[in-house]
Amino acid sequence: MSVSLKNYVRERFLPHIWCPGCGHGIVMNNMIRAIAELGLNKNDLVMVTGIGCSARISGYMDFHTLHTIHGRALAFATGVKLSRPELTLIVPMGDGDALAIGGNHFIHAARRNIDITAIIMNNSIYGMTGGQYSPLSGYGKKATTAPFGNIDESFDIAALAKAAGASFVARTTTYHVAALKKILKEAITHKGFSVVEVMSQCPTYFGRKNKIGGAVDMLNFYKDNTVPIGSPKKAENPGLIETGVFVNENRPEYCAEYDKTVQKAQKAR
Amino acid sequence: MKKDKKILFLQGNEVCVEAALYAGLDFYAGYPITPSTEIAELLALRLPQKGGKFIQMEDEIASMCAIIGASLTGHKSMTATSGPGFSLKQEAIGYAIMAEVPCVVVNVQRGGPSTGLPTKVSQGDVMQARWGTHGDHSIIALTASNHQDLFSITVEAFNLAETYRTPVILLFDEIVGHMRERLVMPEPGEIPLLERLRTSVKEGTDYHPYLPREDGRLPMSDFGGVHRYNVTGLVHNMWGFPSDQPNIAHGLIHHLYDKIENNVNAINRMKEYYLDDAECVLISYGSSARSALQEVENRRAHGDRLGLLELQTLWPFPVKAVRERCEKAKNILVVEMNMGQILQEVKKAVHDPDKVFLVNRIDGTFISPEDIRNVYRIIQSKGV
Repeated sequence: MSVSLKNYVRERFLPHIWCPGCGHGIVMNNMIRAIAELGLNKNDLVMVTGIGCSARISGYMDFHTLHTIHGRALAFATGVKLSRPELTLIVPMGDGDALAIGGNHFIHAARRNIDITAIIMNNSIYGMTGGQYSPLSGYGKKATTAPFGNIDESFDIAALAKAAGASFVARTTTYHVAALKKILKEAITHKGFSVVEVMSQCPTYFGRKNKIGGAVDMLNFYKDNTVPIGSPKKAENPGLIETGVFVNENRPEYCAEYDKTVQKAQKAR
Repeated sequence: MKKDKKILFLQGNEVCVEAALYAGLDFYAGYPITPSTEIAELLALRLPQKGGKFIQMEDEIASMCAIIGASLTGHKSMTATSGPGFSLKQEAIGYAIMAEVPCVVVNVQRGGPSTGLPTKVSQGDVMQARWGTHGDHSIIALTASNHQDLFSITVEAFNLAETYRTPVILLFDEIVGHMRERLVMPEPGEIPLLERLRTSVKEGTDYHPYLPREDGRLPMSDFGGVHRYNVTGLVHNMWGFPSDQPNIAHGLIHHLYDKIENNVNAINRMKEYYLDDAECVLISYGSSARSALQEVENRRAHGDRLGLLELQTLWPFPVKAVRERCEKAKNILVVEMNMGQILQEVKKAVHDPDKVFLVNRIDGTFISPEDIRNVYRIIQSKGV
């Protein structure tokens, strides 16, 4: 790690708790690079997380960091953002954190289009509690709570975020590191609710339970099973996962709209 | 000549709003629920007028989380709810306790459990205010029986939240919340306001967010300021970073407990009526205390020596103060609208628990002076 990147981490609290081969370190690395390249001031950055493997990322970052309760990171972040709109809010979440227990907060933050960047580190499993199926595990997948195969269908995070009203929606993987950094930069700069799904390997539980192999095999899986949005290959093979930016629109942002409400209220007096 | 004070005729919920604004409230997050909704409705009007923030969140726990986030950026924050909503907030209340984030939570009590009696009065959440969230902790919960007191107690709640870096529960009830009566609006400065203790540590010097000073207090630094630190609901060290070391856990739990329990007297607010020669002491709080005071005065007119101890601080329970006030009493009647939640605390506090009796109602109707008289006559062996 170069000196400039070290500037963004709290070395005192390293090493991190993630397993060998975990994809979350790749997300953290590229998030730091994105922030460094954007030249953001650490005093203006607030990172809010919930509970799970992904949520531990906040402790390692030298920003204002708020490690909260399971599923509610976006609700805390909404309070921080609305009370101090000039701050930049980044909310990394796991797939269970964001879309099972936190699903309601996710769709409502998207609906408000509040200027927060939600990064969903989707490893398709509850890692911290030992490998239970999540709303992103997928039909037929094995987990400690699905020994006979999962019968739950998955959410499509990008479609859900778009339908709920997010004005920036993207998907990438830990294999596509150049795209990951670029997308994170766009998402953080975007004025409105940004959702970035990063498919991130969990070799310890998801990979092992589903016999995908180790971290390298899982990264290769991402390489072989993804296509850019609009690729003709998708029509031939519907099982391929599209990556790229699905939505990038300028729409009224919540805090800006609230300012208008204040103006109305003060004018009416 | 002193200028006339502003006199208002308001609902209790409206008084709560006036007092919160007087105390400097500038961030409110809530979710609609009977019988506390008027607080949200009025703040939706009033907060934008002063440039403050109002947000109706998607659910109760989200409201609680949002006010914690706003408090960390340095804003006086509040949410209000009732019954089921108070249950739904509990996990985040525990977070505010653990992370030591000042905030105020209003619970205008209604009948429970579950959906219960949404529009009817109850005082059934006394124990939930104390133990609603999991784990060992302490909490401050205050209440009031009339609008003048409701105003000052609400301001006190903000002061205590900042002083002890803790959520403070305002445990009102449906009668007080919906009743209309006179409020003499306090002048600015008439009730002292305690502002947040902020760190004097300069930029570039290590700031330890969870290192208590000699007096147990922890100066804060606003999110977005010059000190970047970690806040977590995990057991944490002086940096706010997770730790599972036994000595750290032991010290933290003791700190969270002691900072409140060692200051019971400083936090205690109570009112005393006719206690000097009282043979029978009534102990009550909230709207029940109104009937209790009425019955004390009714019986006094007949020569019976009754007195009333009206509790305003329910938690931490003022054990010593209650014991002292009950020392000379032949009988003690606890008047409350639940199955005896404060009764048990009084029994624990006094020397002779057998002389403590319950006067209650749990049917959603207001406890009356007659209800109290009936029990009083039974224990006097006079018949109803």
